[in-house]
Amino acid sequence: MGAVKTIARRTFLIGSAAVMGGVAFGTYMVQRPYDNPLLSDLKEGEAAFNPYVKITGDQITLIVNHADKGQGVQSSQAMLIAEELDVDLDQVNLSFGHPAPAYYNTGFAAEAVPFMSFDKSFAAETMRDIAGGALKLMAVQGTGGSTSMPDQFVKLRTAGAVARETLKLAAAQESGVPVAELKTARGAVQLPDGTEIPYTDLAAAAVNIPPVEEVTLRDPGEWRLIGKKMRRTDVMAKSTGTQTYGIDLEVEGMVHAAVRTNPRQGGGIDSYRDLQVKQMRGVQDVLPVTNGVAVIADNTWRAMNAANALEIEWGPAPYPAEQAAHWEEVANSFTDERLDSEWRSDGDVATALQDADLIKAEYRAPYVAHAPLEPLNAIVRVDENGAEVWAGHQMPGFLLMEVAKIAGCDTDAVVFHNQMIGGSFGHRLEFDNIKLATEIAAQMPGTPVKLTYTREEDFAHDYPRQIGMSRSQGRVKGGKVDSWSLDIAMPSVMASQLSRIGQAAPGPDMQIVAGAWNMPYDIPNLRVRAYRVPELAPISSWRSVGASSAGFFAEGFLDELIHAAGVDPMEERLRLCNNDIHREVLEAVAEMSSWGSDLGPNRGRGVAIVESFGVPTAEVVEVTMTDRGIKLDNVYVAADVGQIVDPVNLESQLSGGAIWALGHAMNAEITYTDGMVEQTNYHAHEAMRIHQCPAVEVRALENGAEIKGAGEPGVPPAAPALANAIFAATGQRLREMPFNKFIDFA
Amino acid sequence: MQLTINGQQHSVDVEDDMPLLWVLRDELGMKEVKYGCGIAQCGACTVHMDGSAVRSCQVTAASADGADITTINGLGSPDAMHALQEAWVEHQVAQCGYCQSGQIMQAADLLVSTPDPTDEDIDAVMSGNLCRCGTYPRIRAAIKTAATKMQEV
Repeated sequence: MGAVKTIARRTFLIGSAAVMGGVAFGTYMVQRPYDNPLLSDLKEGEAAFNPYVKITGDQITLIVNHADKGQGVQSSQAMLIAEELDVDLDQVNLSFGHPAPAYYNTGFAAEAVPFMSFDKSFAAETMRDIAGGALKLMAVQGTGGSTSMPDQFVKLRTAGAVARETLKLAAAQESGVPVAELKTARGAVQLPDGTEIPYTDLAAAAVNIPPVEEVTLRDPGEWRLIGKKMRRTDVMAKSTGTQTYGIDLEVEGMVHAAVRTNPRQGGGIDSYRDLQVKQMRGVQDVLPVTNGVAVIADNTWRAMNAANALEIEWGPAPYPAEQAAHWEEVANSFTDERLDSEWRSDGDVATALQDADLIKAEYRAPYVAHAPLEPLNAIVRVDENGAEVWAGHQMPGFLLMEVAKIAGCDTDAVVFHNQMIGGSFGHRLEFDNIKLATEIAAQMPGTPVKLTYTREEDFAHDYPRQIGMSRSQGRVKGGKVDSWSLDIAMPSVMASQLSRIGQAAPGPDMQIVAGAWNMPYDIPNLRVRAYRVPELAPISSWRSVGASSAGFFAEGFLDELIHAAGVDPMEERLRLCNNDIHREVLEAVAEMSSWGSDLGPNRGRGVAIVESFGVPTAEVVEVTMTDRGIKLDNVYVAADVGQIVDPVNLESQLSGGAIWALGHAMNAEITYTDGMVEQTNYHAHEAMRIHQCPAVEVRALENGAEIKGAGEPGVPPAAPALANAIFAATGQRLREMPFNKFIDFA
Repeated sequence: MQLTINGQQHSVDVEDDMPLLWVLRDELGMKEVKYGCGIAQCGACTVHMDGSAVRSCQVTAASADGADITTINGLGSPDAMHALQEAWVEHQVAQCGYCQSGQIMQAADLLVSTPDPTDEDIDAVMSGNLCRCGTYPRIRAAIKTAATKMQEV
């Protein structure tokens, strides 16, 4: 432990460096004998430097390294720097910067350990430290797991404060006024006589000053920006059609490419015919890629059209061809051999469930697509010196490695320009589009290749959410939930995802039971076991990952037990609740929804609480049974994020998460036939549209000890809360998503 | 083919069956018009043709010959926003923002025919515009704000 902590301190120093035309403030990583292998090009004592604040003679640039796929984190990161730097967001440029080891995500550590978020025991904290150290050494720069705010909350404010204090020192030297008499505001140092020296005028002098490294972060009472309703930095561009996404980018001399790769994912290609295609207008070439074919043309549509005209014979799928066989494999996985881990064992379930009058139920969650609205795309140029990539991606560190492998160069020779992303939900964690564009570009040295997926190609290669199934048995006693055995079977999304970048996922997969094993209840006898289904179709992280299904399994069946006990769903959850933070979240959502009040005829409400990514989130859904089916009226969301940075974005994320979850729970699934995804476009995978969307009210609490991210936690409670509401309104229990297979929605 | 786009004349030489979407994006560089699905299921490519909202992925170059096209850049600009764009900023509607050009163009069409829309009016007209981020509650609020403002003028 001692060693890990020492490394952490030594590798996390904020300092300054000269840059072209000015000064930059940011993180130093110093090479040590036992240090980061990814910094092996550095000699001992040499430093790699990664800026967060860059000031030159004419502008201030904030480097906000987390990917922005719509969650607004570019804006939130800028707020953290600006708070301490004393600049306003309308004065600065924002940049994603270049991927670098010192931008590793320290927030991942908290999610990688099997302890409840409120568990501050020595064992839990020790494990978090070890996981944190390992992540630093792996230099994982990534955006995911709702970690951006936990990762950046201290780092970015520190960078802003170091920059501010060093600029004040420079101003003191220049003006002769003592530092203690200087103030800062709106990107300038203010002298007592009212004179202002803009930061940009101090950049040259600041380079020659040892940076002020000991800074005290401001008390929350002094915050100007954090916790206040701010205008998102991108909202104007996104309201006027002037935001540029990766798909909109043009690079001098580029050609357009479209691909078709085997829709039986991972399957090979037997043969293809391209004679006619090469005659089509604008088509420049037809090139092989892994498991597929690419067409190069002078226009996106011509490339797509030509790719669609290719006659291709595909090889078989490396997984069962029909959906029924996938379900059969899951159903057959509740065996001792496939027991991945027993995650929770309170009391004595085996004994408690013996000879009892048991309540039993099986739940299912299907494959679902991410299908963000911006189709996958990437621009790549490869030449003898290396590669250059323009694309939106959540894992820039691994991206450099994947591109380097294909381009045959060092990762240092890959330049990556991250782009604004038109939605991801986990889709931009995958590398297919990057790898394919690089494969094409490597066959056309010097020419930038812009690959754009058709929507159909995107659906065929979505890497959907894992399918999963649960089997529950429980009993009630004296009007109380007494005993419950919850077994969950899923393939490992972590193993599937990491295998595609040559990484292993050692140990049991916590995602199989995420949101279920950590349910905040003291039930006398409770056991949660994970069963690992062998990999079927390749799968990937889908907004909230395992908890999006395991949370449904847990909170759906709990509602059945509570109903059998004959008690109120909210009151019984509150009675069972084992800690104050979750209890206050439940109480908040009960108050918001006026739980217990009379809803009138044909109506019902349901509640669920799931903790994911360290955020206890409770939701109440209200529905009405109409002539045309179930109508969703209102949704109330309460979540404890520990610390609110950006209330506008926070509301959008929690509300959007609930709407995301509800739409898919109601209307969407991915199924396979002949080894291919059957849903080719949005008409067959609709999720939420505006006419089905309820009103949503959100309340964020700050009782938790640490700041947490909100991109995913709004998702898991929504499906069970809806199922429980439908039961309350109709008496029909829904145990399988999507619900529209069993009930109509208005 | 000849087109008037946001008041400017353009001439392009393309196949008759090239969708207007790609004429705008690739031939004329108007990237504010978005490709989402290609089959009129998402509405991201919505523009106005001769005053009505259309899915530009479904309009062929041949059928758009001589038409008067407005994209969101023709509706307003950051310096001179349309009331809907102002409302979109005020309500901070956008998350990823990719669908919002199409949403705003569809909403502009709605407010021409229905200047004071109810939630039901909004839902009926806007249900063809898909938002994967789930900004629908803010879209409803922004349309109402814009409607009120436009009626005051």
